[in-house]
Amino acid sequence: MSFVWRRLLGTVPSLIGVVVVTFLLSHALPGDPAAYFAGPAANATSIAQIRAKLGLDRSLPVQFLQYIVDLVHGNLGNSLTTGQPVLTDLIQRLPASIELTFFALAFAVVIAIPMGVWAATRPDSLADHFCRATVSVAAAFPTFFVGLLLVYVFYFLLGVAPEPVGRLNEILYTPPARVTGMYTVDSLISGDWQTFLASLAQLVLPAISLGLFALAPIARITRASMLQALGSDFTRTARAGGLPRSKILVTYAFRNALLPVSNVLGMVFSFLLGSNVLIEQVYGWQGIGAYAVTAVLASDYAAVQGFVLMMAVLYVLLNLLVDLLGTMIDPRVRFES
Amino acid sequence: MRAAALARNVGHAFGENRLTLAAVAILIVLLTCAGFGHALAPYDPLTTDGAAKLLPPNAAHPFGTDALGRDILSRVIVAARLDIGMAISAVLLSFAAGLALGAAAGYFGGWTDRIIGRLMDTIMAFPLFVLAMGIVAALGNSVLNIILATMIINLPFYCRFARGEVNVRRELGYVEAARMGGNRAVPVLIRHIIPNILPPMMVQASLNMGWAILNAAGLSFIGLGVRPPTPEWGIMVSEGASYIISGEWWTFVFPGAALVLAVFCFNLLGDGLRDLLDPRRRI
Repeated sequence: MSFVWRRLLGTVPSLIGVVVVTFLLSHALPGDPAAYFAGPAANATSIAQIRAKLGLDRSLPVQFLQYIVDLVHGNLGNSLTTGQPVLTDLIQRLPASIELTFFALAFAVVIAIPMGVWAATRPDSLADHFCRATVSVAAAFPTFFVGLLLVYVFYFLLGVAPEPVGRLNEILYTPPARVTGMYTVDSLISGDWQTFLASLAQLVLPAISLGLFALAPIARITRASMLQALGSDFTRTARAGGLPRSKILVTYAFRNALLPVSNVLGMVFSFLLGSNVLIEQVYGWQGIGAYAVTAVLASDYAAVQGFVLMMAVLYVLLNLLVDLLGTMIDPRVRFES
Repeated sequence: MRAAALARNVGHAFGENRLTLAAVAILIVLLTCAGFGHALAPYDPLTTDGAAKLLPPNAAHPFGTDALGRDILSRVIVAARLDIGMAISAVLLSFAAGLALGAAAGYFGGWTDRIIGRLMDTIMAFPLFVLAMGIVAALGNSVLNIILATMIINLPFYCRFARGEVNVRRELGYVEAARMGGNRAVPVLIRHIIPNILPPMMVQASLNMGWAILNAAGLSFIGLGVRPPTPEWGIMVSEGASYIISGEWWTFVFPGAALVLAVFCFNLLGDGLRDLLDPRRRI
């Protein structure tokens, strides 16, 4: 238990760093936020007014304190493009991004881990080379390009995928009543199978495009750590003791190989959350990534800042979760730190 | 003697691994395009032609034409300079800055180490592409800021690597000897430690190039930095994306393929270079 507390405390410096950087990104940089907020038609007096209204004429430490107070009250400012509070906008769209990221991660894990294990049990075989080649080719494809290729092949050429119009073709289906905001979950809750299948169908291509790049790190580390576990003394002893192959592979080798795998997940999340932005753009997905792109292009400062902050907090929390899972997989971690 | 050993090593790395040789060939093609793109391109990459809109690949236009009738082959060739240029500058900058910061952190330890380490942790606390977006949004939408953002998000990898390598060497005999000889910290670092950690850092850099290309192209795909009509692979893919539904695949496939080829080439080169410098990690 004390490990959990220590790890929780460990996120505090990261969170402070994140808040300081997001503050600096909008308050201490060469550009003039007041000029942005005032819009293109502004003159010197209106800019000065807005500067005073936003508190930008005060010293940086004072502005920082104000920023913290606002954050504590959940006030991330108002978006210029939607006219709504940024927090409302983000919370509205967050479930869509989480749903997409989750399915992408599930796809990557379900493919990459068996692939890595398979390759590790037959090192230098044809299967191993095949896995390595697949993985290095997948790592060279930009996510957005994969997304477009999949749309072209599966929607335009083969016609098996639904039109890439976002989370649900709203001409044909009505979105389910909002409970979690994730269409697949909400439609199941309301027992609407048709909508569930339709939203699942919309998810398949974006999730695969997003997950494909994550295959490489997961498969590589699985192969490497499985190889190490299979070559270790305890596996040899288990083999000599005549344990069945499945028991050796799963209980002895795989469980020990999982810890390095869970360590690489941090990097995978960093990638998945970042590339979300690109995939949402390709598939017209109504998540926070697409929202941020619109905001960046419109110089909508508050919205971009809110997005960066939310993503960073999400990332810190995901890393925390991975670490805690790691201690469940492997109790040794608790004593090492 | 050393030269012969080196030649044997190079020969081994290339002979064993045909892929590395292929990567070198692709690199030469890419660098030629980057260097002499305008001379090589059959058409001007910016000239529009209303009569030749969205032509599929044919003899006159091997990669077809885009919605404004521009020759896609010419645009793909000319774009090499910008795409590879952005990635190389970002990698060089983070290499230099990461080396300096990491070496200082590893050599001096104490507060220097703690502050630099904390800074790098803070960068790593963000999903990196998101941080890059935020930086470009804050600094302004330009190619220079894309380079800067890519440099910042790559910095922690170089910095941590250099810190670790310097930290190991700090107490080694030859460094002690250099210090005993009356050298101050900076000359010891520059003359005795850094030359020894350069080779592994260079492997790191070449493995990093592919990622830098993907990152810069991703930023311009969503409309940051590079502006139309500048030819750049990311923005060309994004311009071509609108024609998927009507089946004009060549508008986005060729620039995308150029990106894949470049990233693949640098990834293979990185692996090859690693084999060359560190034969133990040859797996």
